[in-house]
Amino acid sequence: MEEGIRESLRLLLEFDPYVYNIIGVSLRVAGLALLFSTLIGIPLGTILGLNNFRGKPVVTALLYTGMGFPPVVVGLFVFIIFSSVGPMGHLGWLYNVEAIITAQTIIAFPLIAGFTMAAVMQVDRNLLSQLMALGATKFQAAWAAIKEARVGVLVAIIAGFGGVISEVGAVMLVGGNIEGKTRVLTTAIVLETRKGNFGVAIAFGIILLAIAFLANLSMIYLQKKHLFEDNG
Amino acid sequence: MRPEISFHIENLRKSYPGFSLRIDKLSLYEGEIFCLLGPSGAGKTTLLRLLNFLEEPEEGKVFYRGQKFIPGNYQPSLDIMREITTVFQRPALLKDNVWNNIVYPLKIRNAPIDKERILELVKELGIDNLLKQKSRTLSGGEAQRVALARALVFKPKVILLDEPTANLDPQNIKIIESMVTKYSSEWNPTVVWITHNHFQAKRVGHRICLMEDGDILEVNKNEIFFNQPEHPKTKAFLSGEMFY
Repeated sequence: MEEGIRESLRLLLEFDPYVYNIIGVSLRVAGLALLFSTLIGIPLGTILGLNNFRGKPVVTALLYTGMGFPPVVVGLFVFIIFSSVGPMGHLGWLYNVEAIITAQTIIAFPLIAGFTMAAVMQVDRNLLSQLMALGATKFQAAWAAIKEARVGVLVAIIAGFGGVISEVGAVMLVGGNIEGKTRVLTTAIVLETRKGNFGVAIAFGIILLAIAFLANLSMIYLQKKHLFEDNG
Repeated sequence: MRPEISFHIENLRKSYPGFSLRIDKLSLYEGEIFCLLGPSGAGKTTLLRLLNFLEEPEEGKVFYRGQKFIPGNYQPSLDIMREITTVFQRPALLKDNVWNNIVYPLKIRNAPIDKERILELVKELGIDNLLKQKSRTLSGGEAQRVALARALVFKPKVILLDEPTANLDPQNIKIIESMVTKYSSEWNPTVVWITHNHFQAKRVGHRICLMEDGDILEVNKNEIFFNQPEHPKTKAFLSGEMFY
């Protein structure tokens, strides 16, 4: 472990281009996947949380299944879709970051939607009626509901980020772990471990944990006021 | 000059399991405070939700300022929705400070925020010292006064009050009654006020309506309703008998 910490500091301080490229690809992929999954997950979770319709139990069950879906199966699905014989093979996304982003978005959006739905369902129904009676449109009332449930929605985004940043199976499958192109921190850890470079692998692990910690800390800081002062 | 009709209802029907609202004919006027009395389950709140277009009837017609609304076509334009508001018995406020709660209706309308007028309004309601406070720190009476300020801030043409003073002390009741009557005389809205307290109805109402089991038993001017009631159940109700 000590060797890992030393190695991670050395790699970072020496501005090793190999390492910084991997960090860069990881952040870009995770950031975009989180953005897309948030853009899908929050509206979907809000719609499901605020509305009752026929088939809602089925949609909810599908969503919950998606929350626990094995990422490697998502990877397989995305691989088939983007393979040269697949329906979207013409895009040439396989073994590119686009395929990784797609897979990670599919992995993360059910998590974000599911947690958002649960959070929004806790918002007082009388408040929503009241907002409509004050002249809010459905969109404005839904936006107010998201703001009221902001702590839960933040947890949803953090859960989605956790799903994205820690993913390895699907990324390996659809990205191919190509150096300088689709190699991210998780797949680099797998590779370095297989090569017996435990120091480097641990160093990547520490960097990954540090990134996850800092990202979560920033998100928490953004909502600090509401998380620690306004949840009564 | 005869006041303008704001709502006109014909053969309105709305049912729930074990309950049915039936109103054959009822008109509400601009500038009046129309008090709804009656036991729980009489249909008062259902009528209010129908007037706020939050629910749709199964039968009948509702005319709002001459525009007809019928089942299947009971969704008014946003402009009309924004002329009508309800203050519920339990004030539902945003998890925000008092000021942001009060200006919420103006923000969603992109309407200008007239600070001077709002400050005057909150002062009259006695909540001018609470503007920076979070809504969750307010007492029931304070929260209800904030809810009333939020309803009056955008000058609605119809104000529906669903027992707004039910759980309040006499001082808060007095503030709310005087604010509504003042707003009513200044801005001429239609006010429909549900109350269980017939003394309150006598104090504030221009016309009083007694409901029971989804039916209107009597609608009359204040003086007639309280001094010469026509329906035997109104007489019983006013004399304190448990007529239901």
